Amino acid sequence: MITIDAVGMHYRELNVLIKEGIKRGIKKFFLENVNGQYYIGDGIKGDDVVITINGVPGNDLGAFMDGPTLIVNNNVQDNIGNTMNAGKILVKGDAGDVVGYGMRGGRIYILGDAGYRIGIHMKGYDEQFPVIIIGGKVGSFFAEYMAGGIIVLLGLNDNNSDEFYGEYFATGMHGGTIYLRKKIDFSKYSKEVELYEADEDDMIFLKKYLIEYSDSFNIPRGQIMGKPFYKIVPSSARPYAHLYTSA
Amino acid sequence: MLKLKNEFSLERDISGCGLCGIINSKKIKTNGSDIKKAISIEHDRGNGLGGGFAVYGNYPDYAELYAFHIMYDNLSAKKDVEEYLKNNFIIEKEEPIPTFKTSKIYDHPYLHRYFIKPKSDRQDKLFHELGDDDFVVNSVMLINQNYNGAYVFSSGKNMGAFKGVGYPEDIADFYKLEEIEGYMWTAHNRFPTNTPGWWGGAHPFTLLDWSVVHNGEISSYGINKRYLEMYKYNLSLKTDTEVITYILDLLIRKHGLPIRLAVTVLASPFYHNIDKMDKNKKELLIALRQIYGSALLNGPFAIVFSYSNGMIAMNDRIKLRPLIAATMGHFTYVASEEAAIRAVCPSPDSVWSPKAGEPVMVEFEEPMLQKGGLVSL
Repeated sequence: MITIDAVGMHYRELNVLIKEGIKRGIKKFFLENVNGQYYIGDGIKGDDVVITINGVPGNDLGAFMDGPTLIVNNNVQDNIGNTMNAGKILVKGDAGDVVGYGMRGGRIYILGDAGYRIGIHMKGYDEQFPVIIIGGKVGSFFAEYMAGGIIVLLGLNDNNSDEFYGEYFATGMHGGTIYLRKKIDFSKYSKEVELYEADEDDMIFLKKYLIEYSDSFNIPRGQIMGKPFYKIVPSSARPYAHLYTSA
Repeated sequence: MLKLKNEFSLERDISGCGLCGIINSKKIKTNGSDIKKAISIEHDRGNGLGGGFAVYGNYPDYAELYAFHIMYDNLSAKKDVEEYLKNNFIIEKEEPIPTFKTSKIYDHPYLHRYFIKPKSDRQDKLFHELGDDDFVVNSVMLINQNYNGAYVFSSGKNMGAFKGVGYPEDIADFYKLEEIEGYMWTAHNRFPTNTPGWWGGAHPFTLLDWSVVHNGEISSYGINKRYLEMYKYNLSLKTDTEVITYILDLLIRKHGLPIRLAVTVLASPFYHNIDKMDKNKKELLIALRQIYGSALLNGPFAIVFSYSNGMIAMNDRIKLRPLIAATMGHFTYVASEEAAIRAVCPSPDSVWSPKAGEPVMVEFEEPMLQKGGLVSL
């Protein structure tokens, strides 16, 4: 275990300390007084490595990460989990824009709200199965061009269902599944997706993630799972096959 | 050092930058150390080719005079411009802008400031009757266009821009901002990607009391430029941000639009959203889009716009640049990154990301005259 006081530290120095620590076999890191340092946890490996961050980390947290767990006790900025491959990011506050861009594995759990362009270009194949769960609301361009994995939008903090997502919802989505804890206005959907009620198989599948989510943030499980979910899936794996040619 | 009358072939620059703003709505003054600390957190958003600050409330002893900050390549340019100023303005005071040479900022133009007001019997009265503000705007345009080696980078009352080539924290030391006090501060860290950094090209861009810091790229620059040229604005700085300052001057000062409507012109709602609005609002927004289509800004941007009565921070219509806001008592903070705010205000009362195209507006809490009537949006 190691505690690093990051106050006034440049990101390069901080990330060298983390990477060298992992090389030396350290499994638990506590980063104190983090404020704005970029690239924390980028490209690091090791399924049993856990990094706890106190303070607001800078952009590109956990990009290309491949196994470790990052626990952030505050808000995060933009571009977390960019092209992340495996591991877990827990955010006990709000997230900025572009969460999990091109994400290809692992889990990102956000307790609060997230910004614009969440889960865009997310993809999955076989065992590579990325999961994002957001407790609050999201901005526009949610799940744009989504190609795989799942995103769960809980809308826990907001009773007005029209307010928990923005415009251009799931535009160009052609793979993966979006689960919603609340039904949303169908007219606002992109034309490429379809809405269903989540069935028993869906809920069995979702259960392990929802349990992990509620336990991570000490939310009573019943508060999240006590009601039916909805799911959104793409109508086609190739929504733009005939964008420039006739059918 | 790059010469002030740049002849770069490119029309505009594209930049990824960092910005910050701090305003106290009760006009409680702070020195420049907080804004320096905030923008230094965003150090890596720039590349040392432009840093700058605007401060309001810093010249209380000369609050009724226009404070011209001018940079000169050489002393003969200074002589020429000063002759113009003497012929047309009453110069109450003039002095070099206090600077502190550091190892980081040693190559710089000659920096001078003048506290002035237009003469009542000035020569141009033979041809037209311009108000003082208009005459000042004309003078700024004239000097920046016609006087080789001279550039007016600040011309407002009781405010000032302090900018140059360097990282913003070094520019802050260079201008000794810790000794300057103001109730509103903005800062910018520049990352020019398509044109060289030069002293005049650093943000903020100011005209009269308006100042703008900007992160992004105005892809509508061409149409905005042609539109502004019809109103005799001279776009000489080869950088896109300049159009924002002049559009706001045109809309607010010349056309008398309320500020809320003026910023709606910059980032107008899309037609598919206007269609869903009630009749009055719909008519108003369609009229604005029709009249001011050429003033609409396209492309990614986050801007902080300051003026004598307050500050506005806003994004483009689909949020292609970051912007975070926070409040703490009578202070409002805006920045490209939350960490910049936390560096000077660790536990704000509230922190939020403004929605695309929806301005964060803070006005000073004092009675003021509203021009053009109140229109609620």
